[in-house]
Amino acid sequence: MTATKAIHLAYPFTEEAVRALHAGEQVLVSGKVFTGRDRFHKHFADGGALPFDFRDAALFHCGPVVVQEGAKWRVVAAGPTTSVRENPYEPAFIAASGVRLIIGKGGMDKATLDACARHGAVYLQAVGGAAALTAQTVRRVVDVKFLEEWGAAEACWQFEMHEFPCVVAMDAHGGDLFAAVRERSAKTLANLLSFN
Amino acid sequence: MTLHEKLLELIANTASHLPADATAALEEAASREEAGSAAEMILRTLLANAALAAASRTPMCQDTGTLTFFVPHALRGAVTPEAIAAAVREATAKGLLRRNTIDSATGRSYDDNTAPGAPVIHYTDSSTRTIRLLMKGGGSENMSTQFSLPDATIAAGRDLEGVRRAILHAVHRAQGYGCAPGILGVCIGGDRATGYECAKLQLLRDLADRNPDAALAALEERTLAEANTLGIGPMGLGGRTSLLGVKIAARPRVPASFFVTCAYLCWAARRGSIEI
Ligand code: SF4
Repeated sequence: MTATKAIHLAYPFTEEAVRALHAGEQVLVSGKVFTGRDRFHKHFADGGALPFDFRDAALFHCGPVVVQEGAKWRVVAAGPTTSVRENPYEPAFIAASGVRLIIGKGGMDKATLDACARHGAVYLQAVGGAAALTAQTVRRVVDVKFLEEWGAAEACWQFEMHEFPCVVAMDAHGGDLFAAVRERSAKTLANLLSFN
Repeated sequence: MTLHEKLLELIANTASHLPADATAALEEAASREEAGSAAEMILRTLLANAALAAASRTPMCQDTGTLTFFVPHALRGAVTPEAIAAAVREATAKGLLRRNTIDSATGRSYDDNTAPGAPVIHYTDSSTRTIRLLMKGGGSENMSTQFSLPDATIAAGRDLEGVRRAILHAVHRAQGYGCAPGILGVCIGGDRATGYECAKLQLLRDLADRNPDAALAALEERTLAEANTLGIGPMGLGGRTSLLGVKIAARPRVPASFFVTCAYLCWAARRGSIEI
């Protein structure tokens, strides 16, 4: 892995800026980030209307812990949740919504990787479990939809984030860091365990 | 401090404080990674997250996990399951624990995190007056695994070489999941249930300790070094640190069985203790 400095990405995340990214690069994400996980993707797959305009914005696989303080919301914990569960829905969501950044944990499948290439999007890995720190990068809770129906962890939140640290795991050129690491580690393991 | 306050303190501390040995291991790992690499950035982020959680006494990870209490038998009279449950309830109400307990048959949430069987309590034969608590997240628990040797799929026979092969395969399978770098607790032998119990107990050991059994100590060192050559790296994105420690114990077995049980614990190695 090459040593790089983090690239600042600020909303609107343009197709040009996103296509310039490569797997392995570090980024700091600022601006419009929506959360959406299982219920959200199911809603979309069932033909439900998108609650926000996702064009050139980010979708974060996250079930945050949010507390209400008067009329305001404060995010206490906001780590990424495992993304593979959304594999069946993500290509269609990317195509329909114009979203540019998918942020989560653990990577996604080939169909999502292909959708990223086709539509100009990337998959970013957030730091798993770093919930306290990630919560701090949420500058403001702007809006929330489906809160009553789905509860706080599944609801679709609109965050204003500031310098949210992530790593490009899947780029818009077919680059997949997880797959590359998996392939390399499989070879090393085979070498370690070879009988000779 | 009353017993209730002490138990509450134990839960709050465990949820928000990374133990000193895990912090030191993460710091050492960060300094080993290439300067400016994503691997280093991730490790520094984990450390910053842990510092922030400790300072604000908030959970370091949103998954506050399965709570397992280890209570010496001598304290059983005072530290009853009900006393522990009361502390868990209050910790949940205070936001120190996420609503994290689900009825497996109905899918309903036990909103106060207590139910028959939750939290998990082990009364141990320790002669100390120390209660220990392990908080283990679901993502890391999902990566725990048990091998039954011989296992032809990994060419592992019934010897320490077979154990080594099982361990390295367990690390390899966990990549991308379970928030690496983690710690592996291993039990050789036992039955299926005691194997997991013993493997989990190894996760309570200090990362810097040395196994009194010379053969197991050597295997711990060797598998840790080898696992870190796999290049899995923090969060599975590549790097020099895939594991922070391997801790192995052996239990008697029957002639017909030879289990190798690997309990995987993520970097958020939340284990705490308090004197009663
Ligand atoms: S594996 Fe550990 S650090 Fe990762 S989300 Fe689960 S509890 Fe948190």
